[in-house]
Amino acid sequence: MSRTDLAAQTSASARDLLGVSRLTNAALTRWLHALPGVDQVGCEARAGALSTRSVKADSKRAAIDLAISMIDLTTLEGADTHNRVRGLAAKALRPDPTDPSTPRTAAVCVYGDMVATAKEALQGSDVKVAAVATAFPSGRASLAVKLVDTQDAVAAGADEIDMVIDRGAFLSGRYLDVFHQVARVKEAAGPARLKVIMETGELATYDNVRRASWLCLLAGADFIKTSTGKISPAATLPVTLVMLEAVRDWRDLTGTMAGVKPAGGIRTSKDAIRYLVAVQETAGADWLDNHWFRFGASSLLGDLLLQRQRLRDGVYSSVTYIADDSPSTAY
Amino acid sequence: MTVIEYAPAPESRALVRLEASYGLFVGGEFVAASGPSFATINPATEEVLAQVSEASAAGVDAAVKAARTAYTRVWSKLSGTDRGKYLFRIARLLQERAREFAVLETLDNGKPITQSRDVDIPLAAAHFFYHAGWADKLAYAVPPGPGGSTPAPLGVVGGIIPWNFPLLMLAWKVAPALAAGNTIVLKPAETTPLTALLFAQVCQEAELPPGVVNIVTGAGATGAALVAHPGVDKIAFTGSTAVGKQIARALAGTRTSATLELGGKGANIVFDDAPLDEAIEGIVGGIFFNQGHVCCAGSRLLVQESIADEVERRLKRRLATLRVGDPLDKNTDVGAINSRTQLDTIAGLAHVGEAEGAHRWDTGCALPEQGFWFRPTVFTGVTQTHRIAQEEIFGPVLSVLTFRTPAEAVAKANNTPYGLAAGIWTEKGSRLLWLADQLKAGVVWGNTYNQFDPTSPFGGVKESGYGREGGRHGLAAYLQGEGH
Amino acid sequence: MSRIDVRKTYKLYVGGKFPRSESGRTYPVYAAPARSGATPRLLANAAAASRKDAREAVVAARAAQPGWAGATAYNRGQVLYRVAEVMEGRREQFVADVRAAEGVSAARAEALVSAAIDRWVWYAGWSDKFTQVAGGVNPVAGPFFDVSVPEPVGVVAILAPQASSLLGLVSVLAPTIVTGNTAVVLTSATRPLPAVTLAECLATSDVPGGVVNILTGDPAEMAPWLASHRDVGGLDLTGAADAAGVDWGALEASAADTLTRVLRPGGTGAEAVEPDWLPEPGLGRMMRFVDVKTVWHPKGR
Repeated sequence: MSRTDLAAQTSASARDLLGVSRLTNAALTRWLHALPGVDQVGCEARAGALSTRSVKADSKRAAIDLAISMIDLTTLEGADTHNRVRGLAAKALRPDPTDPSTPRTAAVCVYGDMVATAKEALQGSDVKVAAVATAFPSGRASLAVKLVDTQDAVAAGADEIDMVIDRGAFLSGRYLDVFHQVARVKEAAGPARLKVIMETGELATYDNVRRASWLCLLAGADFIKTSTGKISPAATLPVTLVMLEAVRDWRDLTGTMAGVKPAGGIRTSKDAIRYLVAVQETAGADWLDNHWFRFGASSLLGDLLLQRQRLRDGVYSSVTYIADDSPSTAY
Repeated sequence: MTVIEYAPAPESRALVRLEASYGLFVGGEFVAASGPSFATINPATEEVLAQVSEASAAGVDAAVKAARTAYTRVWSKLSGTDRGKYLFRIARLLQERAREFAVLETLDNGKPITQSRDVDIPLAAAHFFYHAGWADKLAYAVPPGPGGSTPAPLGVVGGIIPWNFPLLMLAWKVAPALAAGNTIVLKPAETTPLTALLFAQVCQEAELPPGVVNIVTGAGATGAALVAHPGVDKIAFTGSTAVGKQIARALAGTRTSATLELGGKGANIVFDDAPLDEAIEGIVGGIFFNQGHVCCAGSRLLVQESIADEVERRLKRRLATLRVGDPLDKNTDVGAINSRTQLDTIAGLAHVGEAEGAHRWDTGCALPEQGFWFRPTVFTGVTQTHRIAQEEIFGPVLSVLTFRTPAEAVAKANNTPYGLAAGIWTEKGSRLLWLADQLKAGVVWGNTYNQFDPTSPFGGVKESGYGREGGRHGLAAYLQGEGH
Repeated sequence: MSRIDVRKTYKLYVGGKFPRSESGRTYPVYAAPARSGATPRLLANAAAASRKDAREAVVAARAAQPGWAGATAYNRGQVLYRVAEVMEGRREQFVADVRAAEGVSAARAEALVSAAIDRWVWYAGWSDKFTQVAGGVNPVAGPFFDVSVPEPVGVVAILAPQASSLLGLVSVLAPTIVTGNTAVVLTSATRPLPAVTLAECLATSDVPGGVVNILTGDPAEMAPWLASHRDVGGLDLTGAADAAGVDWGALEASAADTLTRVLRPGGTGAEAVEPDWLPEPGLGRMMRFVDVKTVWHPKGR
């Protein structure tokens, strides 16, 4: 299938789903605005209730390993260097050198120009390389630039592309523009899986998060992702809950699964386990797999390893026992 | 496929120190049991927790006299400021000993520890804190009439409370009674007396003057003796409509006033434009919170016909995640049924539902072998003429009915002698406000359910009783004049 | 030769109409004797309403209630104020009625009628203020808008005072209906005629038919049927004081079967005493026949 065919086919599927002969902004608007609203108070109360689940002993160990395996270990700094990326890749491969049974992280997430370095460092492993693209983090560039950005990362070996949507377009109601951008980037990403960052902190309301989730799914996103990590608030449990509801209902509607990636702000094992509980009780256990759920995080891994050592050794551990190339990010 | 197992996370019982037997709390002291006693058990295990005295008419009389003496000699002479300070003390003590109360409540009642810990006990403390502040502001509690003097207390209050929220219902009676300047004789339910007896210890710890709070344990006969006692100036009752009517009859022709918080058959109305995920949570919380042992439970789900199948599908999917079991486990959502009697009532009505042709569905979850348990159950295909749509089941059983138009929803919601609570789920504000006006219910929850607050008046209309608890209106019911 | 006057037939007031009792019965109403031992002067033959008349009155009151409660408070206030205007226009008749009924002096009757009209005006003015005074927003500890408002209990059966035939009647009727209830009134048994004149004022003002229904006759005969009536939400027993054959405790017990809201008569113990109607009444009577409704809604974005 040629690349142009894919975007066209995405549009065709969308027309089918919406039951329209032409995909217009008006049609998209009607469809998105017909989604049930999200009551903020109720949604946050539900997220709070999910947070009270208590996971202990063996299941906690399993949950920690699962969480480690779901991490997109991330560095997205202007000061990134090749050595830093190599250090990160080494960490992804051997999160805890004292314990070879520690699972690897799902991926290393870097800027496009670091993809080749990461790819080389991870060669022969199943740890994926994810590249942020499309004028990350603001998304303020022409579509042409975004497409080239994406193609460049894929050409360098990226397994996954983390794109950003045009929040300005979304907030001004130009849903069709957002749709086309996602569909075209998906096409440009070729074999790479596409994660679409909605930057929920800028979308401001849960209703918007729900609409943006469905819009991205309609446009072919393999994953919907909360945040760039550059905007506060980043991931929150209620926002993730709304997104989990979206992928759950999307599967009900289309039979297709899509992944969810909260990113930014998840720092502790306790937090991570709360997210996993939310995944299990909202989308279902099918999503408890790093093919369908990821954490975008840098410091989370450190705390998961501390807790892992605590469970293994029976004593509270210390960051000095967590080998890391950039230990400052451990806390 | 990976699954996160919620290993049992039981709350420790170590905080709770149970006596083998308890006497009555009269005049500031525990009076050694002389007459008959009865066992209170843990409904989750059927383990006997303690023996509790059954107060006779003489025991009730002693308590009322102690309350009268305390009223006349001490409590009515204290300033509002000082009365308030005692209530603040009690509020703080409840907060300090919150976990102990929560564990004990769960042991005696069977409710999940997360609910006793996060709802019952904090709200009980909040009630005392709220009313403490009223004690020296009573002149502001009722709209000032001509003259505008501080309204007077009633005297001795008799409180009779149910087993579904034992300490919280105690707080709903004791806090406003004391703030208004009354003294009280309180009878907890026979299956859940223990937190009231622990509360008696808190009164001692707070150095509350003896006789201001008296606890008489017992069953219906004890309650009847309290209602019949001529020395009681007000009865504050929460319980069934049948007993409420008996009390109203018993007090007829006397000058004893009453507030009656009785049963309900709450309609939870879901429109096709509802915030659906939150509505599902509201439906689940509305009927399965506290095992459905809630007078204001949303036991009738009225769902717009156009989304009935969708709601039913989502509801069942959600119910599959409910965890039924050990109430002390922090992962438990639905605990034990409070007593074998109540379990029989629930099972009986569920059987009637089936016999009348409604479609019964439950989660099929495993239940513990010991104790009293009932699976979260949903009846679909229910109509208003089914008994399960009319009678209060007071258990985890939801009846699902449908409607086509807002007017039909109102008509069905109001088609009951009860009128305690109702829920409305729609994102259309004007429709929600219109419905809130039309519903014959004392409490209406829009896009939420089962919210409670000390500042918010709670109570029923029609045969769900009269009088309010909470807020200015609840306080006024403990003062002479306009409120009662 | 003096003119032969045209005498009035005193009838019931039910559903905005003036029917005779379905039973066809009447009973003689006498003027209060000026002195003891004097021969009682017959004032009229009033209709002696029956159980079935009471039943019809409840049907009329029930039918009128949603519309009356659903009218705006401003509208109810205007309608009730209009009643006072019409009463003022019939002032002379009221004075004569009260004088005859209660055996008071002309000056006293004038004062009582003035007080009754003023009382009506006082309550009419409460229509769009009561909700604010009796309700309010509750500062709950959570992200919710939480508001409490008083709502009418529905149909209220009123035993009107036996002694105070107009001021007492107005003082129990006006607070009941101003909040949106409708009423079935059993008038003073022996002093019913001012109530019939009031009915004529109600009929010729803008009060919708059925909002107020007035039954003359024997309260002891009709009250039990109203107390036990399942469509009656409130029962005002004020008029049990000095009402022959009326046992207010039994009526309250009967009302308990449907948890009807009861306003007990004045007095202590079993004794019922009719209060002094002249002082400003306060909110109590309005509060007794409302239930507070609390509405919650989340506050979110």
